[in-house]
Amino acid sequence: MSTGTVATFEDSLERLEVGWTHASPGEVGTVLREVCDDPAVGVELPYDGVELPSWVNTDPTPADLRDANAGITAAGIGIADYGSVVVQGTPDGVEPVSLFGDLHVAVLRESDIVSGMPEAFEWLGEEFRTGHDSAIIATGPSATADMGALVKGAHGPKDVHVVILDE
Amino acid sequence: MSKAREAKAAKIRQLMETEGDAVGTSTRGFNQGRYESVQTLDDYEGLKADAREIKEDAIDRLPELLDQLRDTIEENGGTMYIADDAADANRYIREVCEDKDAERVVKSKSMTSEEIEVNDELEAADVDVVETDLGEWVLQVADEAPSHIVAPAIHKSREAIADLFNETFEPAEPLETAEELTMFAREQLGELIEGADVGMTGANFITADTGTMALVTSEGNARKTAVVPDTHVAVAGVEKVIPSVEDLQPFIELIGKSGTGQNITSYISLLTPPVDSPTVDFDDPETPITETETDRDFHLVLIDNGRLDMRDDEQLRETLYCIRCSACSNVCANFQHVGGHAFGGETYSGGIGTGWEAGVEGLDSAAEFNDLCTGCSRCTTACPVNIDIPWINTVVRDRVNRGEVSEVDWLVEGLTPDEEPGGVSLQKRFFGNFETAAKVGSLFAPVSNWVAQSSVSRDLLERFLGIDARRELPSFQRETLKDWFDARDSRVQDATRTAVLYPDVYTNHVQVERGKAAVRALEALGVDVVVPDVRSSGRAPLSQGMIATAEDHAHDVYAGLAEYIDEGRDIVVIEPSDLAMFDSEYEKFLPEKSFQRLSESSYEVMEYVYGLLENGAPADALQTADGTEVAYHSHCQQRTLGLEGHTEAVLSDLGYDVATSDVECCGMAGSFGYKSEYYELSMDVGSELQGQFQTDETRDRTVVASGTSCLEQLDSLLRRPSRHPVELVAPRR
Repeated sequence: MSTGTVATFEDSLERLEVGWTHASPGEVGTVLREVCDDPAVGVELPYDGVELPSWVNTDPTPADLRDANAGITAAGIGIADYGSVVVQGTPDGVEPVSLFGDLHVAVLRESDIVSGMPEAFEWLGEEFRTGHDSAIIATGPSATADMGALVKGAHGPKDVHVVILDE
Repeated sequence: MSKAREAKAAKIRQLMETEGDAVGTSTRGFNQGRYESVQTLDDYEGLKADAREIKEDAIDRLPELLDQLRDTIEENGGTMYIADDAADANRYIREVCEDKDAERVVKSKSMTSEEIEVNDELEAADVDVVETDLGEWVLQVADEAPSHIVAPAIHKSREAIADLFNETFEPAEPLETAEELTMFAREQLGELIEGADVGMTGANFITADTGTMALVTSEGNARKTAVVPDTHVAVAGVEKVIPSVEDLQPFIELIGKSGTGQNITSYISLLTPPVDSPTVDFDDPETPITETETDRDFHLVLIDNGRLDMRDDEQLRETLYCIRCSACSNVCANFQHVGGHAFGGETYSGGIGTGWEAGVEGLDSAAEFNDLCTGCSRCTTACPVNIDIPWINTVVRDRVNRGEVSEVDWLVEGLTPDEEPGGVSLQKRFFGNFETAAKVGSLFAPVSNWVAQSSVSRDLLERFLGIDARRELPSFQRETLKDWFDARDSRVQDATRTAVLYPDVYTNHVQVERGKAAVRALEALGVDVVVPDVRSSGRAPLSQGMIATAEDHAHDVYAGLAEYIDEGRDIVVIEPSDLAMFDSEYEKFLPEKSFQRLSESSYEVMEYVYGLLENGAPADALQTADGTEVAYHSHCQQRTLGLEGHTEAVLSDLGYDVATSDVECCGMAGSFGYKSEYYELSMDVGSELQGQFQTDETRDRTVVASGTSCLEQLDSLLRRPSRHPVELVAPRR
């Protein structure tokens, strides 16, 4: 990872019209408050010193998922060339939490941004061989052109925001 | 016109009217998106070569990979079932649903599930099946068939979908915009997914090392389908297995770009089921998802249904490399105008659809639409796994020919000295043996032309050969290029190079002037030219699916040119479709060394002129211009060979102002536009080129085109004349 990779990642997000914010571990709560509408659901983040604020429901029911305006999860890696985040399914529900809300907020360590797809698949190959069983390469919001024009927000989120965790 | 031809023409006409606009707008958008998005790749060709290699290896080692995959899936806690055919697959899937007492199955988009028609099986067993892909759902509500392998409802306009929804669901406020329609569908389908018992997906790829499947989607319905219910059934062809997770990379980079022109689709789901994610049980909406008993069940149903036979079929095997991206549909001029309802069989559509239908459904289904491939070859460079799609179409055509009931062969017997058994249609035999017709035509010209153009003849030609009476016939010249050349002396002393000008059948008999111009241009640039008596390339029979005849031509052409090549002569070819034979198809017919020798020695005439000028030949020996405005239409096969730019460069260097068309094909495509069942489609495709050459910017430009067919088509589309670019630049005498 180099500064160039982060800049490329940001350019890609810009092209996708996906918002992003840099934050230190202590700032994450403030950033989340700015981008999320209530009600928000989330899955605890695996980063030292980072905790989800209390207004984020981290033990959602199906009904909570249905009503969520925002879903907050970690992302394993970011892929600079594409502006993708890789969301790994876990027993505590990263996959449904990232999928049902109108907004998906992916929190990502800056050092976990890789430059391109070859690097991403090197990482993914290792992950799958060591027992992880699901990863979604998510690029921008869900979308469809099936109704005669491009619409953002088909079955999944209508919007995505990426929080880049500075270390 | 025969009844069968009339019926086919009527079907095409109706689809062009009702669905052509919607299909055309989307496919042209996808195609343009492909050109743009592949530009973002550092090494597009390298990535395609990687993808190709992975598929070749995977299909080669398929039995071994399937064994490995079965072990992996079982180790992961899932079940793998290989179904021999559709009935076998359907029975298995129905039994899984019955075991679960499933009332509703939600599906994400899967062509393979369409192939086996699993919805019918489940519905007959009282299981409610819901297509959750928005396009598929539209078709399920409308009870229509997909018209495109990736965007199934591409033939329906937004207005048509709004009418459908408003009539079917009678919403309080009538739906109108794409946004409203999408949100309505999201809501309706969201509820149906919440109550589903089984989720069924396809699989774009499955890796043997980890049992990981990749689903390439954008809507998010596949994610919901896989995560919400506790039972996941994935249905895929056996050919979807690749060795490892890392092998996914080139495909993931190529599939979206090649298909809908997106850099990448919104979601690539990589799942090794049964996954750890908790199910979302909306029957128990108040219990946190982490506390739900999650006992996931996964069934991978891999379908043979003819694929293992395709693997053993040397010609159809390549079809199994197909990743169903739809590039070959989107780039295809004919597909853009009729869509998959005409250019498709039972399940699959577009160029590669022929291979799939022939392998999975049988020749009859492939024969329905196989003729719509004109062999223009624009799909070969669009295909992310480098499949020679026109060749597959040619092979299938050949097989269809051989299986056809014999027509009255005696009628054209004298004109058809081919290598084909009885059974090839009269129409195909006539076009396939065009060289002989041309010889007779020149021999008796101009009388032969008068006779051919007479109304009685045109009626007979239409009735017996299906040659459309609205099409002007080529006018055979009494003096062939060869006659003209033999009667003159070379003007070159101290030649800088020596060359053969290949007298292709059109240049020799019909468009003789472009041949003369080529000789004059080459001689003016210091090239010693000969025009030997060499047989036609075999393009004509090949395009009719007469492979044995085409191969016979290839051997004769090589024999006729080999000594000249040994003498050090370059082979200069005017007709791009013949050069494409030398550069591509002859690889199938000639020994490797012979193919290489001929291919390496052959040049398109303007490419050759370009090379001469680059190497110091005097440009002022040609007709230079001072900004003369030219509208240029290259030839489809010439573009595939990457030789469009040479003509543009020569014209620009000589002072012409060049505007080049960007349509994929002129629509004529050899004999295609002459055939009465396809005449109207040919003209419809041509109307795009017509439009491009009639804008304010282009309407007064001098029209030049490289291919015979293109010139014939342009003559029928435009009031002003058109000619080969070499005629523009060659000295007058």
